Amino acid sequence: MAPVSTERDLRLDLFRGLALWLIFLDHIPSNAVSWITIRNYGFSDATEIFVFISGYTAAFVYGRAMRQHGFIVASARVLKRAWQIYVAHVFLLAIYLAEIAYVANSFDNPLYAEEMGVLDFLKNPDVTILQALLLKFKPVNMDILPLYILLLAWFPPMLWLLLRAPSIALLASASLYALMWLFDWNIPAYPSGTWVFNPYAWQLLFVFGAWCALGGAQNLSRWIHSRVVVGLAIAYLIFAFAIAMTWYFPRLAVFVPKFVGEAIYPIDKTNLDVLRIIHFLALAVITVAFVPRDWPALKSRIFWPPIVCGQHSLETFCLGVFLSFAGHFVFTDVSNRVFTQVIVSFLGIAIMVAVAALISWYREAERQGGGPNPPAAKPGYAGGDL
Amino acid sequence: MKERLLLLALLMLGSGSARAEHPEACRVAENLLEPSFRLPQVTRAIAAKHLTVLVVGAGSSQLPGSSGAGNASNGEGNAYPARLQYALAQQLPGVQVKVTTDVKAKRTALEMVKTLPAALNASKPALLVWQTGTVDAMLAIDPDQFSQALDKGINIAHSVGADVVLINAQYSPRTESMIALGTYAEDMRWVALQHEVPLFDRFSIMKLWGEQGTFDLYSATKKLDIAERVHDCIGRLLADLVISAAKPEEPSVNGSR
Repeated sequence: MAPVSTERDLRLDLFRGLALWLIFLDHIPSNAVSWITIRNYGFSDATEIFVFISGYTAAFVYGRAMRQHGFIVASARVLKRAWQIYVAHVFLLAIYLAEIAYVANSFDNPLYAEEMGVLDFLKNPDVTILQALLLKFKPVNMDILPLYILLLAWFPPMLWLLLRAPSIALLASASLYALMWLFDWNIPAYPSGTWVFNPYAWQLLFVFGAWCALGGAQNLSRWIHSRVVVGLAIAYLIFAFAIAMTWYFPRLAVFVPKFVGEAIYPIDKTNLDVLRIIHFLALAVITVAFVPRDWPALKSRIFWPPIVCGQHSLETFCLGVFLSFAGHFVFTDVSNRVFTQVIVSFLGIAIMVAVAALISWYREAERQGGGPNPPAAKPGYAGGDL
Repeated sequence: MKERLLLLALLMLGSGSARAEHPEACRVAENLLEPSFRLPQVTRAIAAKHLTVLVVGAGSSQLPGSSGAGNASNGEGNAYPARLQYALAQQLPGVQVKVTTDVKAKRTALEMVKTLPAALNASKPALLVWQTGTVDAMLAIDPDQFSQALDKGINIAHSVGADVVLINAQYSPRTESMIALGTYAEDMRWVALQHEVPLFDRFSIMKLWGEQGTFDLYSATKKLDIAERVHDCIGRLLADLVISAAKPEEPSVNGSR
């Protein structure tokens, strides 16, 4: 089964870029602007979009490499990518340690004696840093990259299978997901508990993305565009929205029949609850139905900022994590007025766009022969960078 | 995000019954205090003119200077359990109010459940006020295990004829990027709903205070004054919640609509 088109699907870049913005906004604690992000209006959030599109692009890029250069070469490239992400993760960790060491030294308030105990691990950095390098100790909001690393490390055999028997590969992935629910599989974390994003669960969305990239989306398109499916998707999104409203207006909670509550709660993010998957799929169906691949606006200036971010997602993601730390600093040390929060949010996104544009420019300059690589080594990034 | 909606909710629902004797500071959060469920044992205890409350909690239920364990004294302590006793006694004239505590820092929900039967047995309360969630979040305890501990604790209290009010974590802006309270707060909300016990949403209330500038929760001070005022307000609002959930009249969830 061959990829249907080698032309870059800008919708992927657009929505990954938007997902990165939302992740940035959600990662600044107490940010009033994060009020606009999708997690407040339904079950799924930007993580689903990011993981799905990452799977899609990974299959797009490395699937072609595997077909052209064979299993070994493609696997080496996948693992190289995983290594780059690992290095990025360790870099963010260093910034995180600097932040909390600062807080530990500068903040003291009897009201928060208990909460400050979270800094206790600074007392034995040997253990903590080692556990962090093993991806077992993961600070708050730094769970996506370890998940991504693991998903990529495990991707070569899955890609091999996807290229030969896509249905069997998807079935295997779904079975792993089911077994995870059955046997409570997860990876242990430090100092206790398990991974916040259970890789056994989230791999399903990644593999599903890959499956779609390798022709699955084409096979599904008749379904996706059917009125019944679009109608069901809209109905489900409205249902999720109604439930989400009861989280903010406790009074509305009495309207949720008890059996509905028992059926849906708790909506498990760690193990990628089925309700979340369906919510993501519903969003995807609506998107595909209303945003055609050749929509002219995709090439317009309005959508250029998110698209350029989506095209350099690793750099933009890392920058976003760093900027969310910085933004939190501004709130705690300068001002936490809503006005400041809006400024910080917009400034952060502007910086993400500027840096992504700079990277684009540099890549282009390199490609045209200005850089150390000869122009012949043009990377096959038709689906964008990972 | 949420606070925008909360403000909106405040405007839409109207500010309900603002009590005049309260310091202005506490009043902002009254819309968060609508009890969703009743406290029948407390109703009975108030009718019998003798109300005993047991507060079980961890580090955020105490302040330096107030003794963590034992009696919450006669309203002289500065942490919220003592302030609760004071506020309850003021609002329930003629009722003998006694708040006892089982408070020790750094305890997870499961650790508190272990000492719960003994503590309940010692004070035979009509109401268990259970503050938890912070330490579990800090240690990233398995959320399933956390929920199970909550289930267990509530069942133990109900089995000895005590009502339960849950209190979630404090809003702590400085450590927000280090402690992921999200899952644990959700779990508490869900368990409270499932067992039909009221949840005192300390997190949202304190967040609203921070937003509106009622208290400067960012301040790096070694002094106790802000902490004491925060605990005083929590004690008062908690008393409001308990009393309105124990009112013998029709439940507010039906009455107000």
